[in-house]
Amino acid sequence: MIEARGLTKHYGDTTAVRDLSFDVRPGQVTGFLGPNGSGKSTTMRMIMGLDRPDAGRVTVNGHVYRDLHWPLREVGALLEAKAIHPGRSAFDHLWALAQTNGIPRSRVTAVLDEVGLESVARKRAGKFSLGMGQRLGIAAALLGDPGVLLFDEPVNGLDPEGIRWVRHLLRGLAAEGRTVFVSSHLMSEMALTADQLVVIGRGRLIAEMPVAEFIACNSRQFVRVRTSTVTELTELTDALARAGAQVVDDDGAICVTGPCAAEIGDLAASTGVTLHELSPQMASLEDAFMELTRDSVEFHVHDDDADHPGAAGGDRPVPVSGLAPGER
Amino acid sequence: MSAVTAAAVDGGVTTGPAPMPPGRYTFAGALRSEWTKLCSVRSTTWSLVATAVLTVAIGILATGSEASRWAHSDLGDRLAFDPTSLSLAGFLFGQLAIGVLGVLMVSAEYGTGTIRATFGAIPHRTLVLAAKVAVFSGVAFVLGEILAFASFFIGQAILSGSTPTAALSQPGVLRAVVGGGLFLTVLGLFALGLGTIIRHSAGAITAFVGIFFVIPLIVEALPSSIKDAVGKYLPDNIGATMTTVKPGFRTDVPTFSPWISFGLLCAYAAVALIVGGVLLARRDA
Repeated sequence: MIEARGLTKHYGDTTAVRDLSFDVRPGQVTGFLGPNGSGKSTTMRMIMGLDRPDAGRVTVNGHVYRDLHWPLREVGALLEAKAIHPGRSAFDHLWALAQTNGIPRSRVTAVLDEVGLESVARKRAGKFSLGMGQRLGIAAALLGDPGVLLFDEPVNGLDPEGIRWVRHLLRGLAAEGRTVFVSSHLMSEMALTADQLVVIGRGRLIAEMPVAEFIACNSRQFVRVRTSTVTELTELTDALARAGAQVVDDDGAICVTGPCAAEIGDLAASTGVTLHELSPQMASLEDAFMELTRDSVEFHVHDDDADHPGAAGGDRPVPVSGLAPGER
Repeated sequence: MSAVTAAAVDGGVTTGPAPMPPGRYTFAGALRSEWTKLCSVRSTTWSLVATAVLTVAIGILATGSEASRWAHSDLGDRLAFDPTSLSLAGFLFGQLAIGVLGVLMVSAEYGTGTIRATFGAIPHRTLVLAAKVAVFSGVAFVLGEILAFASFFIGQAILSGSTPTAALSQPGVLRAVVGGGLFLTVLGLFALGLGTIIRHSAGAITAFVGIFFVIPLIVEALPSSIKDAVGKYLPDNIGATMTTVKPGFRTDVPTFSPWISFGLLCAYAAVALIVGGVLLARRDA
């Protein structure tokens, strides 16, 4: 269990984290989601007692980190990949950590096996790839067999197989009743891994809810419809509008929000329109996440679509994200 | 602990967090960890071996050239001749190497990012610093004394037959030889303090070299009234005083007695370590 209350951290004039409160509960994977530079790593470091909050506090199992008796046995953390002396072997790196918390040597071998580094355990870590560095960082987090685990962007640098492995590992750890807090800037990754979400932007809490709820609230469903001729498309558009549906042009097709595919199909049949496409669509979670954090992204890419979503009209194809009912 | 072992025996697949053993992390654990860190990096071993070889080698060169020159040297040189201090000539190099090692004890952890793992394992940061100080002191003292005695005996063997030689039983000789190792140790601790304060390897090593090698050059260029007043406080003169049997002859400025000089050096190291420790506890890692 991690409890953050009113966490605030300034670096000079910049406020990295502002009045951030959230809970991370055991038995589930909690995704910590936010754009790059939104304060995720700063928050993680404050949980670990590495950075001192300017205001507020954060506790792990009810204790401030520096009061923990066996920190590695209570909290395991992957904060940055390849935070290891290049001249030291993976085994010695972990063994030096294990000795501080009275963890036996056999456990070092066990976690190296678990992350698949047993064959390179005695090699100097300077030769490790980014992915191997991540695996070593994960091994370090697992070292003390802790009940609380923090992972800062654990899939960075991993190949698809490695990403699946991390996903499986995180879910397994949560299933064992552990508290798993994992940060990412990729909503799609979190949708596959997390049960619960803490979303931040510019250091502020934007949302704290179950992933399912986040998806339900933030993803927009619509149906794309294509007909054989332009005339028929216009005819169908008029009929749909009369039935109360929202219709948007989409490059020779229309996107319909409101009625389901079956209802649209029935309506087309009754108006004698031949359909070439009738496909239910869902705006991606990535779009939903970007929508949610748009105002809080530290560094915008200044192109028109990003700054004025949904403003396009006339002949221009309408971006899918422009379909939000609130924006029409 | 048995649960952790059991999980390991299961093939590493964990089945829920292990129960917490009684007690808490200890200084002994921190010491073992620092020892593992020091020994597990090949560059440490190599730099220690290189330090040893060069320190002894420079002593051999210095004593060898003096042995061959003795027949032509004048009375003044012969009066000032200090076979103990000459045999320890290689310590000038040893000081630099041990200083670099002291700096790296802390700054390498910041450079590689392992400091965050270290503090994650031991949140009590001054305990970490204390463990580093203890492990480094042990290594530097043992190495320093071995080098001091080795340099002394090899040097006297080279000088014998050509020049007067020193024996440990003569007044001040044992103190000077032991002083060589002590000087290296405490100077290294001063460097460790600098590394803790500055945190960047390059910056801290530059500061160390500046204090040890550059400031003396500047002081040397100052008027003799200032030089005489300031000189005895400089670490290089402290080192010379500690390793010589004839204090007045080795340095050209007035100096404190060997033990007061050593006390002064200890005070420098203590200040650097205390400032470093306070900053370590206060700053974000």
